[in-house]
Amino acid sequence: MHEYSIVQALLEQCQTHAQANDATKITEVTVKIGAQSGVELHLFEVAFDTFKEKTICDEANLIIEHQPLLIYCNDCAQEYTLEKPEYVCPECQSLYIKVVDGEDMYLMRLEME
Amino acid sequence: MCQDCGCSITETEHHHHHEHQNVHDNPQLNDSKTIEVITKILDKNDQEAGHNRSHFDNHNVLAINLMSSPGSGKTSLLEAIADQESFKFGVIEGDLETSRDADRIIAKGIPAYQIQTGTACHLDAFMVHKGLHAMPLEEIDVCFIENVGNLVCPASYDVGSHLNVVLVSVPEGDDKIEKYPVMFRKADLILITKTDLLPYFDFDVESAKAAARKLKPNVDIIEVSTKQSDTIKKVINWIEFKRSLRD
Repeated sequence: MHEYSIVQALLEQCQTHAQANDATKITEVTVKIGAQSGVELHLFEVAFDTFKEKTICDEANLIIEHQPLLIYCNDCAQEYTLEKPEYVCPECQSLYIKVVDGEDMYLMRLEME
Repeated sequence: MCQDCGCSITETEHHHHHEHQNVHDNPQLNDSKTIEVITKILDKNDQEAGHNRSHFDNHNVLAINLMSSPGSGKTSLLEAIADQESFKFGVIEGDLETSRDADRIIAKGIPAYQIQTGTACHLDAFMVHKGLHAMPLEEIDVCFIENVGNLVCPASYDVGSHLNVVLVSVPEGDDKIEKYPVMFRKADLILITKTDLLPYFDFDVESAKAAARKLKPNVDIIEVSTKQSDTIKKVINWIEFKRSLRD
C-alpha cells in the first residue's frame, strides 16, 4: 500500500505549485503512471480521494494517463510498446534496448483557480 | 545543506517545470489556468536518495539495498557474511515493529541501527538518512540497508544505495520473479536462498533464472545456502568485486 505514501508526496507537490501560483484551489490533477512503476491504479485513485480532503486538492478531479512500457531498440532504431515486461526488442530480439517510458510516475499538469 | 547533520552536501538544483502562464505576469488573471509540471511524483525522495549516496561516496562506503519477502533470509545472510572474514560492514534495518533484526546483527559484533516504520511498508530515502547518521561510516566498507520484507512497495523507492540485491527463497516458489516484475527488474544481483531445501520443493532454478533474465538480461544470480559457506563466499566475492570498481 505504498500508493498512500506516493499520493502524500503528490499532494505536497500540488500544494507547493498552488502557492507559487497564488492559486486558492486546484481543480484538476493529471498524472502519468507507468505500467511497470509498481503502482496499482485503483489503489492510487482511492488514496487520492481519501487524502485530498481538506487540502488544496479537496475539489480536484484526478486524471490518470496510463503509460505502457515503451522501449527504443538501438538495432532497429525504432520505438516499440511492450505488452509484457520482457525487456527484449519484439521485432529483432535484440537486448540492446533502452527504456523510454513506463517505469515511473509523473505529475504532468495542474489546473488551478 | 543537510539539515540533520549540517554537512555541506548541497541539494542539486531542479528546474524541470515550465509554466505556460504566470500569474505575476498577468495580475488580472483570476480564472482558471493550467500549468505543465512534468515532475516525478517521488522527486523529493529521489533528491534525498542522491544526498544519501553522496554521503556514502564521501566515506567510500558501498551501500547495498537488500529486498525480499519476509522470511527469505536477509538477516540470516548478513549473519552468515559476518561469520566469514571479509569487508567491514554496518546494517540499517527496516521493520514495521521490533528491533529483533538489529539485535541479531549487533550480537555478531556488527553495528546496526533499527528503523521502525510503524505502518509504512517500505523504507524511503528520508528514513535511511536518519539511519546513516547512526552508522560509523568512517569504520565500515559496506552499508547494508535491510528493507522491510515486501516484494512490492520497496521497489518504488530509491533509498540512496549503489546496488540492489533481491532475494527469493526456495520455499517461496520459482514463480515469484514473474509475479513481482517491478522488484526483480530493479535487482543488480538476485540471490536464490535456502537452496539446501531444493530436494523438498518443486523450485526450478533454471526457469527462475530464465524469468529473471527476461526482466533484466544482465542480472547476476547466485544460489545461496547459509549451510554452505562457499555459497556465502560467492556473495562476498561479488560485493568485493563491486567495491574494487569504485575505489
